[in-house]
Amino acid sequence: MNEPAFNRYGVLAIYRFEMARGLRTIWQSLVTPVITTSLYFIVFGSAIGSRMTHVGGVSYGAFIVPGLILLSIFQQSIFNGAFGIYMPRFIGTIYELLSAPISPPEIVLAYVGAAATKSIVLGLVILATASLFVPLHVLHPFWMIAFLVLTSVTFSLVGFILGIWSKSFEQMQFIPMLIVTPLTFLGGSFYSIDMLPPTWRTVAYFNPVVYLISGFRWSFYGKADVGLEVSLGATLVLFFACLAIVSWMFKTGYRLKS
Amino acid sequence: MFRVTQSDLADPVTSSLSRTGESPRANEPVLANPAPPIVTIRSLTKTYASGLQALKSINLDIRKGEIFALLGPNGAGKTTLISIICGIVTPTAGQLMADGHDILRDYRAARIKIGLVPQELTTDRFETVWQTVTFSRGLFARAPDPAFVERVLRDLSLWDKRKSSLQTLSGGMKRRVMIAKALSHEPNILFLDEPTAGVDVELRRDMWALVRRLRESGVTIILTTHYIDEAEEMADRIGVINKGELILVEEKTTLMKKLGSKRLTLVLQEPMKTIPDALAEWNLKLQSGGNELAYSFDINAEHTGVPSLLRRLTDLGIGFRDLATSQSSLEDIFVSLVSERGGRP
Repeated sequence: MNEPAFNRYGVLAIYRFEMARGLRTIWQSLVTPVITTSLYFIVFGSAIGSRMTHVGGVSYGAFIVPGLILLSIFQQSIFNGAFGIYMPRFIGTIYELLSAPISPPEIVLAYVGAAATKSIVLGLVILATASLFVPLHVLHPFWMIAFLVLTSVTFSLVGFILGIWSKSFEQMQFIPMLIVTPLTFLGGSFYSIDMLPPTWRTVAYFNPVVYLISGFRWSFYGKADVGLEVSLGATLVLFFACLAIVSWMFKTGYRLKS
Repeated sequence: MFRVTQSDLADPVTSSLSRTGESPRANEPVLANPAPPIVTIRSLTKTYASGLQALKSINLDIRKGEIFALLGPNGAGKTTLISIICGIVTPTAGQLMADGHDILRDYRAARIKIGLVPQELTTDRFETVWQTVTFSRGLFARAPDPAFVERVLRDLSLWDKRKSSLQTLSGGMKRRVMIAKALSHEPNILFLDEPTAGVDVELRRDMWALVRRLRESGVTIILTTHYIDEAEEMADRIGVINKGELILVEEKTTLMKKLGSKRLTLVLQEPMKTIPDALAEWNLKLQSGGNELAYSFDINAEHTGVPSLLRRLTDLGIGFRDLATSQSSLEDIFVSLVSERGGRP
């Protein structure tokens, strides 16, 4: 039998495996983020938000929705992307992946595709949950979906890189907890960058998450801290940087092959 | 435990593992008509980042349809060699072809022909037997074929366990699952890395029977082992590897003939305290408290010295009640080979 140019059965096998793992851990991957997000709405949206003025003409409860969605997407994309490739390394089943007639782009497509799918579903579920708390209107649905997909894929790639880099579970949790979450909180999830003092505003522009949240929020309300092109460009730069790192990892066999 | 009988061999389930157009190679005299190589290894070296030179310019041809045993002590380079052919470890230099395909340049075509059963029982805990075998088939670019997966599972006596999660299976069952995974994409080259390491005697025999059946279905089998009896029992040819060097590759029977020696043991009628000077030329040894006289001789020598020894014993009036000869085992040969090179078997 001739080998196929594209191993679609291999990609599907990994994708289904990862999606099945997501279903097995649905409490962790879907229900927990929804509950956490609901708590954010209760605390920030209702308790604190009721005492705050509108932000750029949008009620505070509605204003934080895009940031809250992205916060969960960042965390879950990284976790799912990392866990998917780290587990075979950890338990030893990576031998099968490395010995299979499947190319590095196909492996990335399968693992990152599955992680991103789960994140997109999660994002839409959180959006639906949010609509129970605050009146929502998405001004640019196409861009909202585009940012949702691009952010999910990019951060799943970040997770995939993390999963290959990590030597332990501790290392795998280190990056999301100590780097991504602070960047997200400081990146305008709960406030507009304009609300910061000038110095901190300048510092904030070095935070790549600012651009992601700004672009995503623009798709909802048509208002942003930075321009759409800048947001899109920053997201794409991050995406291609991740692709380059993954490509280097497979080319050199970094922590995959000896 | 699964048992293999003659009726199993005739079972359509078993024969279903054969690919169309490939004739069974059972009992085919390998020496008389050597098959073309299906795996070709040329000047293969591997030096790990730590500086350890695991393989030193290995050259080897594996013939189509044979069972090749790679024998060597722990750390000899057996697993490294297998891992390179299967794509898990990157070679430092050299060329490898699997079924006519370069394993690096044409890795898709090469890997689709190869199945690997690793030494470690590495399985996902929560997958069922059916899921994990189906996963492997897809991963190796084969279209879904539930009927084939069913045949593999039935052949390995795993059908009843198809819905069981892997964490509930015994070690022996898990090893069979590993084999089922390796066979799921219908490979024609199968690598078995220490297939019977840590398994009980009964399962070991079952594994041997299974390997023979696979060979009969046309699969070329390369197994690594440090159990000499395993190589002796199963292999057509044997390669001995030590400290990254392939010391020897030989037909098993030729190897035993070439390097083997026989031992003649005479049970004496009267115990002997010392060996008489008149028997000095035969290099005899007394054993069992002087009740037995042992003589080692080269079976290929023009004069083995056995008839003359027996005549001299009669002349000296030394009687014996019984005599027996035994062939040296592969283990003896292996120990002597590795010791000669300063290695530790």
